[in-house]
Amino acid sequence: MSVNPELQGRVFPPVAPYLVGREKVREFSRAVFATNPINHDPEAARAAGHADIVAPPTFAVVVQEATLAQLLAEPDAGIDFTRVVHGDQRFSFSRPIVAGDSLTATLAVTSIKTLGGHSMVTAESTIVDAAGAHVVTAISTLVVRGDE
Amino acid sequence: MTPAPALALLTVGDVVAETSFSLTRDSLVRYAGASGDFNPIHYRDDVAQSVGLSGALAHGMLTMGLAVQPVVDWAGDPARVIDYQVRFTRPVFVDATEGALVTVVAKVGALDLPAGVARIDLVVTFNGATVLGKAQARVNLA
Repeated sequence: MSVNPELQGRVFPPVAPYLVGREKVREFSRAVFATNPINHDPEAARAAGHADIVAPPTFAVVVQEATLAQLLAEPDAGIDFTRVVHGDQRFSFSRPIVAGDSLTATLAVTSIKTLGGHSMVTAESTIVDAAGAHVVTAISTLVVRGDE
Repeated sequence: MTPAPALALLTVGDVVAETSFSLTRDSLVRYAGASGDFNPIHYRDDVAQSVGLSGALAHGMLTMGLAVQPVVDWAGDPARVIDYQVRFTRPVFVDATEGALVTVVAKVGALDLPAGVARIDLVVTFNGATVLGKAQARVNLA
């Protein structure tokens, strides 16, 4: 099985909105050793000009995850999950994610490259808020190892 | 709002933060729960070994997530990190009894004075080798 080159350029339907909960942000913050009060304390966050506590930069992966699941489940993708390794990750923000946000992610496959029997799939998830304004784009490059 | 570090006082190459993180299997289970990534290679040695790894390893996204925290604390507000990227180059094996020590050194990599943005480059090491490549956070200090 190999990755379908026709995936390049494919845009998937938006996934169901993700509601960012305050306790989830705190739980995620503890898990990534984020101790800044703005990640935990609504008063500290408001004093810094935010509507509620701010999620750590990599929290966007939690919102992105449903879009990657969509990609791996695509019937004609040819991506064998057991051979997938995470190669690169990037987050580009227009504004931070804060508790209370309702976020909708849309996945596009921007690039498929083959290198020495491996395939590199670059998937870009554009995440917008309830008003449709851009919050963050999460870009993952997945390395799909070829048959041994 | 916490005052941002003054961009004009920074020089490329300045070390702005240096920290170590002690990871244990508990850290991996905690991250699995918080992130929803329950791949058993991150908490079961037998499953990790069945796919050719020496043992359970940290989620790459956990390493990425903790490595930026010294930058957040230096910048004073997580919202100041406007772009963050890494390449996953080596696994962080977390021994069931010994754990793992991950060290982060954050240096000024580039300055964009008109935009008010500092690029902070991260050197993240475990067992004497770097585990992330091209680890860069762009921080808005305007």
